[in-house]
Amino acid sequence: MFKALLARARQGYRTANYPAHEPSLPALFRGRPVLDPEKCVDGCARCVDICPTDALQVSASGPELDLGRCIFCGECAAACPGNAITFTRDWRLAASERTGLVVTGDREVRVEALRRELRRLLGRSLRLRQVSAGGCNGCEVEVNALGNVVFDSSRFGIEFVASPRHADGILVTGPLTANMKEAALRTYEAVAEPKLVIAAGACAISGGIFRGHPEVCDGIEDVFAVDLYVPGCPPHPYTILDALLRMLGRC
Amino acid sequence: MTRLIKTVNAVPLATTTIPVVDTGSFRREILSAIEEGWRLLLLVGLSRNAEGTRLLAALADDVHGEIGLIATDVAGSYPALTPDCPAAHYFEREIHEQWAVRPEGHPWLKPVRFPRGGPAIGEVDFFQVSGAEIHEVAVGPVHAGIIEPGHFRFSCHGERVLHLEISLGYQHRGIEQALRGGPDKRSVHLAETIAGDTTAGHATAYCQLVEALSATTCSPRALALRALALELERIANHIGDLGALAGDVGFLPASAYCGRLRGDVLNLTALLCGSRLGRGWIRPGGVAREPGAEILREVKQRLRDAERDMRNAVELLWKSSSVRARFENTGILGRQAAADLGIVGPPARASGIDRDCRRDFPASAYRDHRPAIAVGDSGDVFARAFQRWQEIENSLAFLARVLDQLGGGQPVAGEPVTAVGGLAPSSLAPSSLAPSSLAPSSLALSLVEGWRGEIVHLGMTDAAGRFAQYKILDPSFRNWFGLAMAMRGQAISDFPQCNKSFNLSYCGHDL
Repeated sequence: MFKALLARARQGYRTANYPAHEPSLPALFRGRPVLDPEKCVDGCARCVDICPTDALQVSASGPELDLGRCIFCGECAAACPGNAITFTRDWRLAASERTGLVVTGDREVRVEALRRELRRLLGRSLRLRQVSAGGCNGCEVEVNALGNVVFDSSRFGIEFVASPRHADGILVTGPLTANMKEAALRTYEAVAEPKLVIAAGACAISGGIFRGHPEVCDGIEDVFAVDLYVPGCPPHPYTILDALLRMLGRC
Repeated sequence: MTRLIKTVNAVPLATTTIPVVDTGSFRREILSAIEEGWRLLLLVGLSRNAEGTRLLAALADDVHGEIGLIATDVAGSYPALTPDCPAAHYFEREIHEQWAVRPEGHPWLKPVRFPRGGPAIGEVDFFQVSGAEIHEVAVGPVHAGIIEPGHFRFSCHGERVLHLEISLGYQHRGIEQALRGGPDKRSVHLAETIAGDTTAGHATAYCQLVEALSATTCSPRALALRALALELERIANHIGDLGALAGDVGFLPASAYCGRLRGDVLNLTALLCGSRLGRGWIRPGGVAREPGAEILREVKQRLRDAERDMRNAVELLWKSSSVRARFENTGILGRQAAADLGIVGPPARASGIDRDCRRDFPASAYRDHRPAIAVGDSGDVFARAFQRWQEIENSLAFLARVLDQLGGGQPVAGEPVTAVGGLAPSSLAPSSLAPSSLAPSSLALSLVEGWRGEIVHLGMTDAAGRFAQYKILDPSFRNWFGLAMAMRGQAISDFPQCNKSFNLSYCGHDL
């Protein structure tokens, strides 16, 4: 017992003061991209050619990047001769609408807070059932991190629960494999109304790097009505936390 | 042993040099090699031809670091190796599922991943125990925690588990199929997502394979940085699992501290490459991101801080009798069972098998820098937990040495660095990945000791230098059955810590 108390003193208080203090992410962190159409070289489509998930398009008005497909590898930024694409350290990437994930220029992404009634019900206590449906354990690791003492989502009333019966919604990771489709549907059905669906990671939103494989459903959109999209491959825990807090109208 | 053709880790062979023998000789060669101390590294279907299906066996000689290859053509069915070589059991199930070839006499011929066109997922004859008061407990595919899906079925007598059936395939995403025809711009990203918690391990295995087939040499600095990525991944996952093990037996202090420390190590990887899991770092030809001296200094300092706190946190585990009571003599995987089944990685070493491909099949930076290899003996949950801690200690000591002598050279082979935001753009040019740069009609194996154990990638090119076959062997593929064996005779309530002491990958298995 004494040893445990000593260790407790030694390990210190580690919970981040989020959202009051903004986190400082590493210089190389690849967050919200900013596209500069002025610097985009006419007739060049190197970014489009190199993008492994076909997340980029270049039109007359400049480049357009779909965060729902982007795996944040940064290869487009490296390939661009005019440096028109920059990945900033901004971790706030989530959106309430699928179309809201398409970035042009330096447009920021927006999460709308839930309707008042839902906020009254869930704003201070949100219980989610996580469903991994082909997730590579990248997104799962980062969702899990929300439970550690640093991110500690439970101080906001956000917790992941063992049963869909105890949940207010599901958070799905992975491209939704054909082999998990039925299990995911049945988990969703077991959640009581009103219920939310959150797509976390490029795979759940669009199929990500597995898009087009016959073994997957290219994300959950055709199967579920999605309330919140959290891009990333995987999303940083702060990206997920920010998305949930803004959905609940708490930051 | 005369008929095997021999090679080593990441050295290609012309496909035509691999001896193709009749099925009887194939079987005799494999069994006599195993008799002589070799072990079955893999057994896979390579291609279909007029004779039927070509099977390739790779055997490993851990003492001399050699890999022996031999092939045979089978049509329809062949006598299964499994009754004489249990390590073949999972491979033969895979061959049956992928090539519709029947290994006659296989005792356990069930689906592995339930791919399209076969039985529906989970439709399988589960092994059943019968008798008075026998009951079954079915769990999954959706589990209670934030983890991947899989189905477990326990046959129990009271609380005692007589047998555990593990039926996977829910995560099957078709990665091997997608890699065939490449390399292309998606290949390395697919390799990074074979198992997300093993991004560095699988990306290294993929890159090492492509480099072997394209005769690309990486600079010592690039190889040292890859070793850094791999060891950070090992430390992060091991400390995270020690925390999760503590959580599984309700010991919350160590669970909380180790959870935080896992994140601290992931943050070091993010400091080095921008991604906590090491995405976008390891690339064919070297590494795509080159940390400056300042970042490396910071990594060293923060690793020292983390080591101090890790030591403090795990000391609590070893000194708490309530924890040891749940770890010791629980979930024993005996040495003989582990050897027979071809178990790899920390569970093998915790059962007394001295096997680690960083030493036995050294490639890249492990040729010049050797980490110490820890080996346990009791094979229980405690041994596997303590094994993880010893591997953390050894990796930290190894990194302290490597970080002091990173070596020189460009991060990416043959290309000047013009960093944009720390990124060496030329490394990522499609030209460096052009399929034509791979040797045609060749085959190579790439072995990497990931944190879960031995990762094997096998690539075989066609006449145009494209991948005609790509096989991925995550350590989980061989170790899942080890978990089933460890659960025999245990209480159901001991499943969490037994499971976490292995912590196997679902997607690494399902591919």
